[in-house]
Amino acid sequence: MASFIQLLVSGLATGAIYALVAVGFTLLWQTSQTINFAQGEFVMLPAFFVLAAMNAGAPFWFACLIAIVLSVLMLGIVFKLVVVDPMLKHGVLPLVISTIALAVFLKEGVKDFYSSQAQPFPTLAPDHDISVFDAVVSTQSLAVLAVAIAAVVGLNLLLQKTRLGRSMQATAQNPTLARILGIPVRRMVLYTFVVNAVLVAIASILISPIYLAKFSNGETLGLAAFIAAIIGGFNQVRGAVLGGVILGVLDNFSAAYVSAQYRVAIPLVILIIVILVRPQGLLGRVEERTV
Amino acid sequence: MSRLGAAVVLCAAALAVIVPFFLKPFGIYLMSMWAVLTIAAVGLNLTLGYAGQVSMAQGAFLGIGAYTAALLMQAGVSYALAFLAAGVLCFAMGWLLGYPALRVQHHYLAFVTLAFTTLVFLFLRNEEWLTGGIYGISGIRRPVFFGWSSAKPLQFYFFCLGMLAVLSLGTWWMLHSPWGRAFIALRENPIRALSLGIDTRRYTLMAFAIGSSLGGFSGALFAPLVQFLEPASFGLNRSFDLLLMVIVGGSGHFFGPFVGALISVLLPEWMRITEGYYLIIYSLLVMVLMMFCPSGIIGFFDRLRHAVRRRNVSRPAEATTL
Repeated sequence: MASFIQLLVSGLATGAIYALVAVGFTLLWQTSQTINFAQGEFVMLPAFFVLAAMNAGAPFWFACLIAIVLSVLMLGIVFKLVVVDPMLKHGVLPLVISTIALAVFLKEGVKDFYSSQAQPFPTLAPDHDISVFDAVVSTQSLAVLAVAIAAVVGLNLLLQKTRLGRSMQATAQNPTLARILGIPVRRMVLYTFVVNAVLVAIASILISPIYLAKFSNGETLGLAAFIAAIIGGFNQVRGAVLGGVILGVLDNFSAAYVSAQYRVAIPLVILIIVILVRPQGLLGRVEERTV
Repeated sequence: MSRLGAAVVLCAAALAVIVPFFLKPFGIYLMSMWAVLTIAAVGLNLTLGYAGQVSMAQGAFLGIGAYTAALLMQAGVSYALAFLAAGVLCFAMGWLLGYPALRVQHHYLAFVTLAFTTLVFLFLRNEEWLTGGIYGISGIRRPVFFGWSSAKPLQFYFFCLGMLAVLSLGTWWMLHSPWGRAFIALRENPIRALSLGIDTRRYTLMAFAIGSSLGGFSGALFAPLVQFLEPASFGLNRSFDLLLMVIVGGSGHFFGPFVGALISVLLPEWMRITEGYYLIIYSLLVMVLMMFCPSGIIGFFDRLRHAVRRRNVSRPAEATTL
């Protein structure tokens, strides 16, 4: 029982991080039909912004801030204007290929210009164990969980309660009608790229203490984000959150109870089952787009 | 195909036969690698260029083919049978994998095949009793046919080139048969193809399964070429590499993969001076290519040719058939 709770908490923590990445992924799909194959690398990169800033002498919190700003600039605005925009007129396929190439570019860039070794990364909270019902839970997991929940709640408030968020939703649901209603559609699409960049930066800062910062982290993270999005339902934020949490919990339990060697395989098998049985995802509805 | 195209293809074929006589063993090895990978790329072109689906599993099928052939040969099965088995197994796995993925829209096949490649890699690495795990399989012998041994580099190259010729002629014939013309219809206009009564989903699945079997055949040649198999050769990087071959050469053009594979095999050698930065430069070039000419190098020359013709004669450019 004790180890069960432990696994559940750490599973929820990783799941919450997956959820952040998956939400960003679905947002880009919703508003601009961009399937971002570099999403995993987008999560890998901001950790290196933080490390570089800290090497230059910045304290951790300030380095995180710099990383988020850099991420918004490069992974949000520059990505949208330089990579996505010139490609949209060619259709989905060239853009898919281009994001795959971008993934290779980012991965190799970090490997060659920073380091090919895994880098230790500072934790959010001092590592300290507290016991709940004889289970030992690390404060780090709880801190990760808290930040991730705050990010998802914040995003939901933005999308549901503000004028800006509702304009973004309208853009996702029906761009033509949104334009008629006077919503600056192009700017709204750009904002979703910015939101995605913030989400991946937060995810990066949260996950790097666990996995260490390494150039190849993006492969597993990108796949996890997509699987989470499919499991939950590709066309909804709620779905991506649910999928991420399921995936994270499952990941931890299968590592402990099934087989560490095939830990990576479990989500893949679940992906195939979901596509077979319920291709629209657990919460998804067929052919409908909402944020 | 136009007269100019035929002439270019004939010249290239002549070069492929003559050039290796003037090369050192490493050069011949590279050309053999080109021939082998082109087969896999031609297969992927069916999936990507004709059916419009991204597959990240071609590297995995290459691996399955290679391991199948190597293991069967170790068990004493003749090479010809092992070769066939590799193709048939990959066809069956492609069918089973594509069936669920192609039921749904978006680019689900891309991610399912991404997952599949990871699974295959894990299997090759973990099931040591069968695949030798990280130690791999070594000492794979090159086949002997009726007393003709293909052990020497030049002989093996001509064997690979011969198989490339046979398999690509087979694919060419299939695409031009009454049954296979549906693949071209699929590429030109899937919605129109559907309205003409072509079961596009079934043809997409067929394209993927046949493409996968070509990956398997290619793997069965890959094993005796490198003579040492390890799981890392068949990871995601290999699949990306094959995908980029098709794209860079020109997806949907029959000879695109031939050009793409040549670039992908030779470029790393030519760019030795750039040391570790080869992949960075290559991926940047791909992004630029996608921005300005998503139909690849052959597509670029096609466009050039049409532009020249349009300037000379003021008549509409003839529709591309292949």
